[in-house]
Amino acid sequence: MSGALRFPSPFEVGTPPGAEGWEQLYPYYLLFSEDRRAEEEQRLWFFNGMHFPEAMTPFDIITAEAGYLAIGEMSSRMFCIPPAMGIDFRVLNGYVYISPTPVTDPALIERRAAWFQERAGYYYANWRTLYDEWKQKLIGEIDRLVAIRFPELPDVEPAEYVFSRRGYGTSMDNLTAYHDLIDSIFRVWQIHMEIVMIGFAAYFTFYDFCKKAFPEISDQQVTRMVGAIDVSMFRPNDELKRLARKALELGVADIFLADGTGERVFAALRNSEAGQRWLAEWEQSADPWFYMNTGDGFQHHHRAWIDDPTPVVSVLADYIQRLQRGENLERDTEALRQERDRITQGYRELLATEEEKQAFDQILALTRDVYYSIEDHKFYVEHWYQSRFWNKVRELGKLFVARGFFQNVDDIFLLHYTEVERALMDLLLGWSIGSASRGPAYWPPEIARRRQIMERLRAWAPPPALGVVPEVIGDPAIIMLWGITPERLRAWLSPDEGNLLRGFAAAPGVAEGPARVVLSVEELQDVRDGEILVCSVTEPSWAPVLARVRGMVSDIGGVMSHAAIVAREYRIPAVLGTGVATKRIRTGQMLRVDGDNGVVTILD
Amino acid sequence: MVLMHDAPFILNFETLREADRPLVGGKAASLGMLLAAGCPVPPGFALTTAAYRTFLEENGLTGLFRLELDRYPSLDDAAAALAARVEEAFTTAALPDTLARHLSDAYAQLGRTVGSAEPIVAVRSSAVDEDSQTASFAGQHETYLGIQGFDELARAVRRCWASAYTPRAIAYRVHRGLRLEDAAVGVAVQLLVEPRAAGVLFTLSPRTGDRSLVVIEGSWGLGQAVVAGEVTPDEYVVSKVTLEIVRKQINPKPFRYRRGGSDGTLQREELPPERATAPCLDDAEVVELARRARELEKRFGFPLDVEWAITDIPDRGTIYFLQCRPETVWSQKERPAVTIAATNPIMAIAQTLVRPPSR
Repeated sequence: MSGALRFPSPFEVGTPPGAEGWEQLYPYYLLFSEDRRAEEEQRLWFFNGMHFPEAMTPFDIITAEAGYLAIGEMSSRMFCIPPAMGIDFRVLNGYVYISPTPVTDPALIERRAAWFQERAGYYYANWRTLYDEWKQKLIGEIDRLVAIRFPELPDVEPAEYVFSRRGYGTSMDNLTAYHDLIDSIFRVWQIHMEIVMIGFAAYFTFYDFCKKAFPEISDQQVTRMVGAIDVSMFRPNDELKRLARKALELGVADIFLADGTGERVFAALRNSEAGQRWLAEWEQSADPWFYMNTGDGFQHHHRAWIDDPTPVVSVLADYIQRLQRGENLERDTEALRQERDRITQGYRELLATEEEKQAFDQILALTRDVYYSIEDHKFYVEHWYQSRFWNKVRELGKLFVARGFFQNVDDIFLLHYTEVERALMDLLLGWSIGSASRGPAYWPPEIARRRQIMERLRAWAPPPALGVVPEVIGDPAIIMLWGITPERLRAWLSPDEGNLLRGFAAAPGVAEGPARVVLSVEELQDVRDGEILVCSVTEPSWAPVLARVRGMVSDIGGVMSHAAIVAREYRIPAVLGTGVATKRIRTGQMLRVDGDNGVVTILD
Repeated sequence: MVLMHDAPFILNFETLREADRPLVGGKAASLGMLLAAGCPVPPGFALTTAAYRTFLEENGLTGLFRLELDRYPSLDDAAAALAARVEEAFTTAALPDTLARHLSDAYAQLGRTVGSAEPIVAVRSSAVDEDSQTASFAGQHETYLGIQGFDELARAVRRCWASAYTPRAIAYRVHRGLRLEDAAVGVAVQLLVEPRAAGVLFTLSPRTGDRSLVVIEGSWGLGQAVVAGEVTPDEYVVSKVTLEIVRKQINPKPFRYRRGGSDGTLQREELPPERATAPCLDDAEVVELARRARELEKRFGFPLDVEWAITDIPDRGTIYFLQCRPETVWSQKERPAVTIAATNPIMAIAQTLVRPPSR
């Protein structure tokens, strides 16, 4: 591969000081290793900061395992997406690097196309019905998850277990519950990818059609024709707007404007009758809509609004003030729909033949249906399910805290799920036998060590990509979701252009303002009105913050990334996928974000 | 259509339609169509080919167009000699009285619209050939900017007529087997717009043929610098669908052309660096140009190539279209089929995935 463009080899990347031994926190099969080195060094690996923006704790890596198992299953084995097998991944210094696995044999691609046409074709032909069923299937999964119980371990089992001749005891209940919990997340991610992978394939076809018909059409114009409008992802934010209006109606607005933390605001509300009525309104919205979490569901510490309302209390305060100023908070969905139809009609008229217009209509109709699901599903899986999943893991954590294995419930997230199973066996053995488990001696120092490693890993800045830039990338998901194309990778490799950064022109317009670099969800509350948000990746749930910023810049993000959609909705200029924004830009620097041309200029 | 010998010598732009193309040439006819489409066009009139015929006949010049191949070693030399004879004869021959009176009246009338006895005008040849792109190649697109006074006007008109007999135009007609004596051009006489900026625009991307874009090129001053390729113009790319500016490329434009003397010479004026590097159009002007170009294309029914100018005179409507013709490069190409399976989206998806990605 002499002369090939390449990023650093994964084997050239060192361990951050103080994080030595990080490899032991993750399963052997997720590490770059000498035995697979020859193959690993020939591939492109890019940092999936879109889904895993921070260093992943050992337990949280389960979302990557479940996700990529499901992507592989659905792309390669179930629907046989012609040019794409699954997406491989590795953990390096705690960060998730991914690599598409292409099908290169043309004869095999043709054979897969026949299978794909038959199998995915069945889904496309029945898409709306299947998606309705899919939602019910997911809600059923959430019900089953919520029903999982980790019963406390009694000194003596209830007598009824004996007289009903149950035959097994509470240790077995806990073991089963644990297996159910792990099975649940793996199954849900399969169901997630059941619709998503072939969804990307349909969207990619429309995208490809547009690029052929209009060679210079921008990605955002394509997205605007497809635009999902009434998706459930917008609902939580709409509920907040409703609650802001209620606060004014009930005369409790001042409570939100006076104080910051969610806990204190909720305490103050409980003190008055009006406040209690507002809280009843909150309850009405909370399940399921406030299972929205502050991240994208892939990490346990991105808490749901329902569990920690602090971030949304400041949003509520903001909405209340804007209502008091007489502003209209509603998204003008009718205008968005009209704009979408007008643009679609405009491009359609420019097509050369009636046949093309007909093909355009058909592919677009399918793509709109499919894309609606791709946007809409996120609430069900990444938010509603994932928030409840992490909480269920915490219930298991309590069992360990009660038996002295851990000091804090969240310590459980410092164990890989396979280690949790072993710790659980240790705990159950000790309890059932009546002897000492090893855990209380073994885990606290180990957890302290791991916590320190995680801190060091979090402070490390992962390079955007590793390995060799491929000639072509054929995987529709990689192109559409992450925006990774050979051109983009070459741009990441090109030398610095002084104070310029280039990325995807994701949402039109030009804005100037001071930069606010946000590396974690916790830092979101520092964002001030009129700033330019600079982040590794924007999460869907950040939408309320986007109402305050003047522009947005990200390291990662493609055409279909939620950030792009939200930025367009809020009409904020955005440049996504710059690769290096969070490294090159410092908070306070004046920026110009040119969302028309995909250029960010550091003006200082 | 009017029979040639009955045809008027002069027709105002307002009255011109596509059917008048053989009488006044493509450029003048397109100005009439621009006006009919509600586009701002500087007022003016066309001299018909009947005027040209009369000029030839009354001056006894009809027998002039013999290519004396036996006297010269090559076609090129013979063509050059004929071109020289035509130029000599055309510039010395006078306009017949009736024609001169008609021209003088039309010129005076044009002057009255701007309150001037001797208005400053642009005089352009207007090719009668079917294929105006080839006409352009053959050099029949003479333009004299800033002409003032009847004598200068009459001279510019004769020079336009002579432009049908440049060596290249002669060689072209010979090559195509066209009779030399049939060559004729109309002439368009138009009030001169002294623009702040001017240039050309296309209702498709000249780069890729993308029909969803309007691409505008412009520079400071008269449009000659852009048309002749003497400056790298600013480039503004606008979505025809949303009228959003998709891309802007502002280039240094170190000089501009202004009107020189009354004989049509131009004056080149160097510009200070801050002026040279500034965009020659603001966003609103870019969008307005694109919007008008879009309407025009819809009306004509095919992609267009338009010369435009913009003035700083505030209350008179500041955008002008000076010329409009069919875009010929991409329009004549076969558009590649976008999709294979028009009737089945599922097949289309499978086939899209089987083909290697185009990027």
